[in-house]
Amino acid sequence: MIENRKGDWFEPRILGFLCNWCSYAAADLAGMSRMEYPPNIRCVRVMCSGRVEPSFVLEALREGYDGVLIAGCHPPSDCHYQSGNLKARRRYYLLRKLLRELGINPDRVRLEWASASEGQRFAEIVKDFTERLRRLGPSPLKVKRVGAE
Amino acid sequence: MGRNRLNLAIGLGATCSGCDITIVDLAEYLPKVLSSVNIAFWPTAADLKLKDLEAMANGSIDLCLYHGAIVNEENAEMARLLRRKSKLMVAFGSCACFGGVPGLANLATKDSLLETVYGTPSTDNPKGLKPQGEALVGEYRMAVPKRLDAVLPLSGVVEVDYSIPGCPPQTSQVKDAFEAILSSDLPPRGSVIGPAKNLCDECPRKREGKSISKIVRAHETIADQERCLLDQGILCMGPATRAGCDAKCIKANMRCEGCMGPPDGVGDQGAKMLGAIASILGLEGEDKMSEEDVARLMDGIVDPVGLFYLFSLPSSILRRRLWEV
Amino acid sequence: MNDVRADLKNLKIGVYVCHCGKNIADVVDVKRVADFASKLPGVEVAREYLHMCDDVGQEMISKDIMELGINRVVVAACSPKVHELTFRDTLRKAGLNPYLLEMANIREQCSWVHRSDPDRATEKAIDLVKMAVAKARWLIPLETKAVEVTRSALVIGGGIAGIQAALDVADNGYQVYLVEKGPSLGGRMGQWSKVFPTMDCAACILTPKMVSAAQHPKIKLLTNSELIEASGSLGNFKVKIRKRPRYVDEEKCTACGLCAQKCPVRIPNEVDFGMSSRKAIYITSPNAVPLAYSIDGENCLYLKRGICRVCERVCEAKAIDFDQKEEVLELRVGSIIVAIGYDPFDPTPLEEYGFGRYKDVVTGPMLERMTDPMGPTGGAILRPSTGKPPRKVAFIQCVGSRDARFNLYCSRVCCMYAIKDSLIIKEQNPESDVYIFYMDIRAFGKGYEEFYLRSQEAGVKFIRGKVSSIREDPRTHELVLRYEDTLLGTALEDSFDLVVLSVGQVPRADTDAISKILGIPRSADGFLMEAHPKLRPNDAVVDGIYLAGSAQYPKDIPDAVAQASGAAARALIPLSMGQVYVEPISPLIEEDRCGGCGVCVKLCPYGALKLEEREDKRVAKVDEVLCKGCGTCSAACPSGAVRSRMFTEEQILSMISSAAG
Repeated sequence: MIENRKGDWFEPRILGFLCNWCSYAAADLAGMSRMEYPPNIRCVRVMCSGRVEPSFVLEALREGYDGVLIAGCHPPSDCHYQSGNLKARRRYYLLRKLLRELGINPDRVRLEWASASEGQRFAEIVKDFTERLRRLGPSPLKVKRVGAE
Repeated sequence: MGRNRLNLAIGLGATCSGCDITIVDLAEYLPKVLSSVNIAFWPTAADLKLKDLEAMANGSIDLCLYHGAIVNEENAEMARLLRRKSKLMVAFGSCACFGGVPGLANLATKDSLLETVYGTPSTDNPKGLKPQGEALVGEYRMAVPKRLDAVLPLSGVVEVDYSIPGCPPQTSQVKDAFEAILSSDLPPRGSVIGPAKNLCDECPRKREGKSISKIVRAHETIADQERCLLDQGILCMGPATRAGCDAKCIKANMRCEGCMGPPDGVGDQGAKMLGAIASILGLEGEDKMSEEDVARLMDGIVDPVGLFYLFSLPSSILRRRLWEV
Repeated sequence: MNDVRADLKNLKIGVYVCHCGKNIADVVDVKRVADFASKLPGVEVAREYLHMCDDVGQEMISKDIMELGINRVVVAACSPKVHELTFRDTLRKAGLNPYLLEMANIREQCSWVHRSDPDRATEKAIDLVKMAVAKARWLIPLETKAVEVTRSALVIGGGIAGIQAALDVADNGYQVYLVEKGPSLGGRMGQWSKVFPTMDCAACILTPKMVSAAQHPKIKLLTNSELIEASGSLGNFKVKIRKRPRYVDEEKCTACGLCAQKCPVRIPNEVDFGMSSRKAIYITSPNAVPLAYSIDGENCLYLKRGICRVCERVCEAKAIDFDQKEEVLELRVGSIIVAIGYDPFDPTPLEEYGFGRYKDVVTGPMLERMTDPMGPTGGAILRPSTGKPPRKVAFIQCVGSRDARFNLYCSRVCCMYAIKDSLIIKEQNPESDVYIFYMDIRAFGKGYEEFYLRSQEAGVKFIRGKVSSIREDPRTHELVLRYEDTLLGTALEDSFDLVVLSVGQVPRADTDAISKILGIPRSADGFLMEAHPKLRPNDAVVDGIYLAGSAQYPKDIPDAVAQASGAAARALIPLSMGQVYVEPISPLIEEDRCGGCGVCVKLCPYGALKLEEREDKRVAKVDEVLCKGCGTCSAACPSGAVRSRMFTEEQILSMISSAAG
């Protein structure tokens, strides 16, 4: 068990977007191989990381998830749809810039690549991301929702 | 006051009053409007006081056009009061609809805003005076309305029946709205008065499938008048912006800044445009790019909020800056 | 337009939580999950059961559809990759549109990975069900489209697996294009002399198969050819094949061999792993099919430097044709079978064994070539350093296999080929000593254990232990092996005059290229990945593409042939059906929202999106045949006009908020 800076127990809540062909398959493989990773992640299956709209990530942050993982096929050319992963990557970099300007730690959003054979890698990504988010502490949007004052 | 005249109120929040000018700009149509309405409240043009408004029965105003963002408690209170008095509440202009340009204040704290206005070297304020929340002036206690923690669109404090976006709205939109109300032929509640599609639909420029290899900023070039600005590398907001302005800026060879807000079916104008731009920027030879190349390319967009959310930050998904980093 | 707007009234969602025996129920409190689900808005009924995929489970769902009027189904069970099709079928049979199903993956992505924390696993399972229910609320009935199938198949690779698959498909009456990279059929099996455990001569059983394939009226054999591009999907693939010129007219060549005799260019012969040489005009084997010489453009003096043309002058049949040009053929096929085979592991990186440094350290496949009467030594097993028969031979097993530094997997053939070769050595020279250094002997196939016993009876010595190093005695050139005999528990040294490294199978060098062209992933071991390790070992991950032979995993000949027939049978399904059903994956363009900005056009890797002129306006148009359904356009559309049908914005947003805690 790990405690965050303030010494409070904190379990980050992570939303994952996994592409059907590589990273969702990697997550399934982690299961088939009975690897363990923290149960902090909830995954949404999409066909391609290219389907992930920046607004999905922003919505997830607004809803109070402490972190968002987008996982796809390795660039440049593993993508089942040739180049959806490259679009996801460009959106991710621009989204990070936006988040920084909006005062949110861009490390709350993470883009990773895991091929269908990388169950181990997927498990490690989730482990590592969970740890990092624990250290970052709860999302600032979780404590304070913006709305009518 | 004619019985069958419309009781009209025009309310103000944090506004530059450009929206008022739109109404004046109705020109030859104005007499028709004026003959069918009764101005119940319009601080810009008519000498009516708060107590006059308060004295009116709830629901006695048929139509309230509210312009300006909600920045402080006075704006919020005024909006609530007008909502109570009005049958139809219309967010008029981009500030009321989305927060507008004043909404960019959501990138700053209250203190830093005051610091910028009263404390920066360009300000002639040798004593360093800043507005106080409250002060005793002689025997009177004077109070400045408290600033809210964040700028809000009108819908952040009251229920809004219709929206007429634009900075300022087009006179044609106002005409359409009046026609609709006068003929009781109203679109479904919650509608935006304006075309559903994006600006490209009424943009006269020639265009191709999009692929941008280099961002060109407005001051770096004189754009070709015929070709789509995005195709020339100029980050025009048209694709994520509602049509209805007759592409005025475009026709003046200026990029669209997005004042009409998102088209139908789009919630967050900035996020959509960000997704679109990132998808087409660096498309050519994308497979040859390293992570560093991608990061560098995106660094060409210096101020994503200013670019994508110039008019809509308070009504976007995240609405305001936080202070985690 | 109605088909993208979900009907949020009249929702009757049924939630079915599967125990999967104990796979889920041992970790996740399935009762709690079902109880929780039953209270979610729109949920009419929530049940849990031992095996939702069995008859009783499926019956439970269809009964609810018919009797309770359930109109959205959520199955919380295994990965949708396992049973989504099963349950879609359940819905279809019960009269409900099959796309009104959503699965919550509470096995692979929950119970199996969170075994040590059942409470939190249960909480996660509840969240996953919440998300599935949230998506189910927004599901839309969708229609599959029947598409005519191109009734022909492409087989990539002319080894034994490819030949078998091609013959099976062709014998069923469908056109087959059999593409072979080299100038002749036969593949790896064509390089072997005798095959275990029957000791048949490989050529004697392979050649007739090659001939049948080449002469089959329904098989179009394309040698010197390779796949360079592929598009389309199940039932209708479009492929491009690059056919390099042979520079010899196959019809005219009589394979007399005069050209090769006269050709002045001598280069190492790859068939013999460099132990012999060949000419620039050559034939891979006297049994080659097609039986025609071929000019190697990389090495031919005329093609490289414009001089020579000796072959042309000596050829009596006038078969040499330097005017042949490279061709790119475009073919349409309904199924694709990938049988690209394997490469033998290159033991050079195992420096401790000195392969490449010591002449008398050879690989199993090299020894194999020596046993071939057509091989570099005319069938005699000889020491490369002296050209004399060895007196004492060591086989080292698992070279590069079962070794964390190289490949973790067992290559499955090396034990048996070492045993076979040990018997051949004993046959050739009964006086010789043969040692096999092994970790485990894996004699799992039919007749293999008996074969193993035969070699023991013939006096082959089996030593259980790894050889740690080989060094050459500079005086005698004998090879000194240091090894551990684990049965004796001692480290020993012994001298041999020939050492054979039993190298395993690795994915062919071009596996990566093929995987990318066809969009089929590889497993961690580098071989092409099957759709399911147990239930769909013949299918690639992409529908309409099938795997045969060692392209999927190391195999011996009987397994390769069996899998090839299996792959052929799978590939025949769409061909004989004549129609396939295409999923409604392409996006819907809402024309009353599309302003024709053109953002979606160029980013589509398939060119499926175009701007269509409408009077003075433009609207995006999608070509459903070209679209593969990735949804990238949908995510990039700045005006919300391009709508993904199976992963709509509303569906995803409601999933996000439903589990937001």
